[in-house]
Amino acid sequence: MKQKGHGFSYAKYGYLFCIPFFVAYLVFNFYPTIYTILLGFTDSKGLGNINFHVYTEDVFRNFRTILHSKSFIISLKNTVVIWIMNFIPQITLALLLTAWFTSRRNKIRGQGFFKVVFYMPNIITAASVAILFNALFSFPKGPINDLLIDLGILDNAFNFPTDPKSSRWIVAFIQFWQWYGYTMIILISGVLGINPEIFEAAEIDGANDRQTFFKITLPNIRTILIYTLITSMIGGLNMYDIPKLYLNGGPNNATLTANVFIYNQAFAGSYMYNRAAAASMIMFIIIAICSTVVFFIMRDRD
Amino acid sequence: MKLERRGGNPVVLTIMYIVCIFLAVLSLFPFVVMIVNSTRSTFEIQQHAVSLIPSTFLKSNWAQFTGKSFNPFKGFLNSVIIAVGATACTVYFSTLTAYALVAYQWKMRQPVFVFVLCVMMIPATVTTIGFYQFMYRIGMTNNFLALILPAIYAPAAVFFMRQFMLASLPLELLDSARIDGSREFYTFNRIAMPIMKPAMATQGIFSFVGTWNSLFIPSVILTDINKFTMPLMVSLLKGDIYKREFGAIYLGLALSVLPLFVVYFALSKYIIAGVALGSVKG
Repeated sequence: MKQKGHGFSYAKYGYLFCIPFFVAYLVFNFYPTIYTILLGFTDSKGLGNINFHVYTEDVFRNFRTILHSKSFIISLKNTVVIWIMNFIPQITLALLLTAWFTSRRNKIRGQGFFKVVFYMPNIITAASVAILFNALFSFPKGPINDLLIDLGILDNAFNFPTDPKSSRWIVAFIQFWQWYGYTMIILISGVLGINPEIFEAAEIDGANDRQTFFKITLPNIRTILIYTLITSMIGGLNMYDIPKLYLNGGPNNATLTANVFIYNQAFAGSYMYNRAAAASMIMFIIIAICSTVVFFIMRDRD
Repeated sequence: MKLERRGGNPVVLTIMYIVCIFLAVLSLFPFVVMIVNSTRSTFEIQQHAVSLIPSTFLKSNWAQFTGKSFNPFKGFLNSVIIAVGATACTVYFSTLTAYALVAYQWKMRQPVFVFVLCVMMIPATVTTIGFYQFMYRIGMTNNFLALILPAIYAPAAVFFMRQFMLASLPLELLDSARIDGSREFYTFNRIAMPIMKPAMATQGIFSFVGTWNSLFIPSVILTDINKFTMPLMVSLLKGDIYKREFGAIYLGLALSVLPLFVVYFALSKYIIAGVALGSVKG
């Protein structure tokens, strides 16, 4: 009886201690979300202009403009393509390294060092990395061109910055290079969380490394793989820093991602806040759908 | 069987080492080029861009770099203010929110946790346009508080702290503090927080690095060059004024990256362990 009374009197602190979190959410996230939705239905544009009117006759005007905009469709396609170009090699290499680093037969020395070095590009400012790669791939004289010529791979310097295909690959490569170490560490920690008795049993049964990996390790880290997939997907749909600073979406819109498109609509010259807001909402819906789908897959497992 | 386990397959091991060393070189190479080239003159770089031998032009590159329209020290200081402020907000309030979710039995506890999980999936960047217009209206553009205060709301950090707290915060300790007459808020600050220090440190590192590196929202909120953060100043390096001064570009990049190298190599053990704990978003 007394204990129950205790519990009740303390419950209010649960609410109380959550207040700052929710106030910050309402002010800095919920309200801006509503505001963004609203702006998507208005004629808001122009720097410093905070007067706007809701389109009453043609409510979805901005949304239609955006969905019919060639640049937006290109940017959406680029975002997905660049993400896939980075994610497939990233997850493949991360899985391979995970298999190696957790192998019970072939133990690699210096794992700590390799982990630290592989993860390092991830914490370096993406803005700096993009500009660094821009300098590395410069034309006609640049470190990569020099190196490729010295190694005999190229005869003449290649104009990386103006070639759409290679620019896209370079952006995807930078994303890959920054993130495979992170993914590897997550996956390794997942493997280390598997009950070692399962591995011992497999070993006694005479399973080789490959069988162990495909039949035991992979199924057991399924949840973590899905987690990696969804966080990478959300990050990929929000890709901004690298494409923006590497070649500002160019050449010929080859590295224009959705977020770069949104930024350019709103802040680079034309100040079309209404269209940028509509594009944001379209991205919001895409991300929400993708997240929900994967979230429910994850929940089943837990 | 035992022999096989001890030695491993030499061919397989050799391949593993070759691949790992290649990847290590791949991780380090761009930064080595950056650091070496920051000491070389633009002329030398254009003669041959890859060199492992530092030259003697650090000083003149420095003069070129600092002789421009922006002040890198100011950018560094701005970044420190924002990153420290935002990190403090994230760590303290996320711990407090997680504490509410762990230490108390209340009706909305589970719904709030599910809410945290859901909003964690939605990145803040999609609502930037509304956020910008809101800040513009209330005159908060070019105000660091517009970048610091939103850090109070950090669902991923709440999730991380909650997972950690469930495992390492003994609730009996809180009960005995109550019996001793400790107020709830005091108990949180003086008893729960010290126990959470390792998790707070881990979360702190990630929040700090994340805020330090962020570009999208600061580039929207900050338009005054005197308020620019390091990444924003770095983005100026590409501009035409630097087009031909490669030495200065590399030096600027090296300076922007240096603090992160120091933090990373000093704390790499904790950072790797923190990543391994999983749910920290990069």
